[in-house]
Amino acid sequence: MTLSSLPNVAQAQAPGLPRRAGLGLKSEHLAEVLATLPDIGFFEVHAENYMVAGGPFHHYLGLIREQYPLSLHGVGLSIGGEGPLNQDHLARLAVLIERYQPQSFSEHLAWSSHGPVFLNDLLPLAYDDAALKRVCEHIDQVQTTLKRRMLLENPSTYLQFQRSTLDETDFISEVIRRTGCGLLLDVNNVYVSCINHQQDPLAYLDALPLHAVGEIHLAGFAEDSDSLGDRLLIDDHGAPIDNAVWHLYQQALQRVGPVATLIERDNDVPALHVLQAEVQQADQHLLAVAVHS
Amino acid sequence: MNLQEDFAKALLAPDQPCPDGLFSNNGADPASRFAVYRNNVHSSLINALLDSYPVTRQLVGDGFFRAMAGLYVQAYPPTSPLLNEYGSDLADFIQGFAPAATVPYLADIARLERLRVNAYHAADTPVADPQAVINQLQQLPSLGSVSLQLHPSVATLQSNYAVVALWAAHQTTDSVASLDPWHGQSALVLRNGLEVEVFCIDAGCVTFINSLNNAWPLEMAVAYALDASSEFDLHQCLGLLISHRAITHIKVQP
Repeated sequence: MTLSSLPNVAQAQAPGLPRRAGLGLKSEHLAEVLATLPDIGFFEVHAENYMVAGGPFHHYLGLIREQYPLSLHGVGLSIGGEGPLNQDHLARLAVLIERYQPQSFSEHLAWSSHGPVFLNDLLPLAYDDAALKRVCEHIDQVQTTLKRRMLLENPSTYLQFQRSTLDETDFISEVIRRTGCGLLLDVNNVYVSCINHQQDPLAYLDALPLHAVGEIHLAGFAEDSDSLGDRLLIDDHGAPIDNAVWHLYQQALQRVGPVATLIERDNDVPALHVLQAEVQQADQHLLAVAVHS
Repeated sequence: MNLQEDFAKALLAPDQPCPDGLFSNNGADPASRFAVYRNNVHSSLINALLDSYPVTRQLVGDGFFRAMAGLYVQAYPPTSPLLNEYGSDLADFIQGFAPAATVPYLADIARLERLRVNAYHAADTPVADPQAVINQLQQLPSLGSVSLQLHPSVATLQSNYAVVALWAAHQTTDSVASLDPWHGQSALVLRNGLEVEVFCIDAGCVTFINSLNNAWPLEMAVAYALDASSEFDLHQCLGLLISHRAITHIKVQP
């Protein structure tokens, strides 16, 4: 098995994301990407940034889309919210998906809206039966409206709820079993959460429904400390991918085989070639596991 | 108890304790971890405002802007996941924000920057070819039956301050020799292709453009413009709109 070497345009129209490394599309890199068409497996964008009527965002995404497979990643649907899903927002997602025909759509196991207020962060939820029912209903609604299977991303969290009656991994497994959605395995989130909650990342990984992984995310974190002076990792997408996360990624690949892998960088965005080096590193791991599988 | 209600309220109120029912596996004070979420919410929203209002920030400095934006975030958190639209009424907040009163033109600069953001994301309505517009206008028997449709990005701003000059002075690193902020200016904002452009226009041109945007026929728009300023120059104003591709359609009533 080899990594895809199809011409860009054919690859851009393939049905699924390639089993290659992709990159989060940043406006800083648009001109260089379009001028040089670097060998990157796919691009991912945040859906909300493109919920505008027109202008340069759509212009450039249209050009990118002609050349590359696309993953559309939502950050504002609030699937874990106590309230109903925002119908307008869901309708806007449907319009974007119709327009750009992305190979993948994903969202988070988190909430970000409460009542009329949008808090612009991926907030944690208590894992109990009521939440499980609600999240499954929301995902059913998303998949029905968008007429496609979505991927659900495991969260990074900084604290836990006394009300929780289920482990996060059991909660995710049950959501995936009931809704048929896929898993967006964010390896950085696994690492961040496990360090923050004193869990073994590998045990957490093994407890996830890995058969459902449709994409992997890799990113960097920031270091902080809590009131006891213990390590508190912040999922800030503002640093190179940590060696511990690369190592965990290899462990994940051994379990799931080669799967589309995104390099995410949203803060302190460096030059394109710096991120391309991480893309190449991920591609090498993907190639290694493809050869051995 | 409504978990997310308490959580959301405490996120937006920095002086409120962290909600009940939270813990850390290592026994750390949950407040020290809740602070991460609170900081994420505040800093991400303040950063969204920084992105939309770069000159407003330059005029008061980063620290002042962040403090002001922080108060705005607490008072008016977003009500939509579309952060491109967040802070569309920041100028009104600035207008009533006493510590900013020493920079009286700050609110109007924020208004201008908002128009620029709006223009940047405005719909991609196809524009008429400039030469075709000129030819068509020249062949008109009279103005009475004609309507001009402007690109959705086109907007104006009237100010008692030199908003266009102040804004332009912050687009270059060259020092600006003399800038009198106290003489009133009006701005035209539009998107020409992919570029948002800002022009200084006179009161008549403002009225003319606003009249066209309010669907008045060309003849009425000219009358209103002359009413606003007897020096209104139709050729100059139309020339500006045509050459910067701001006219999408000419409609002639039979």
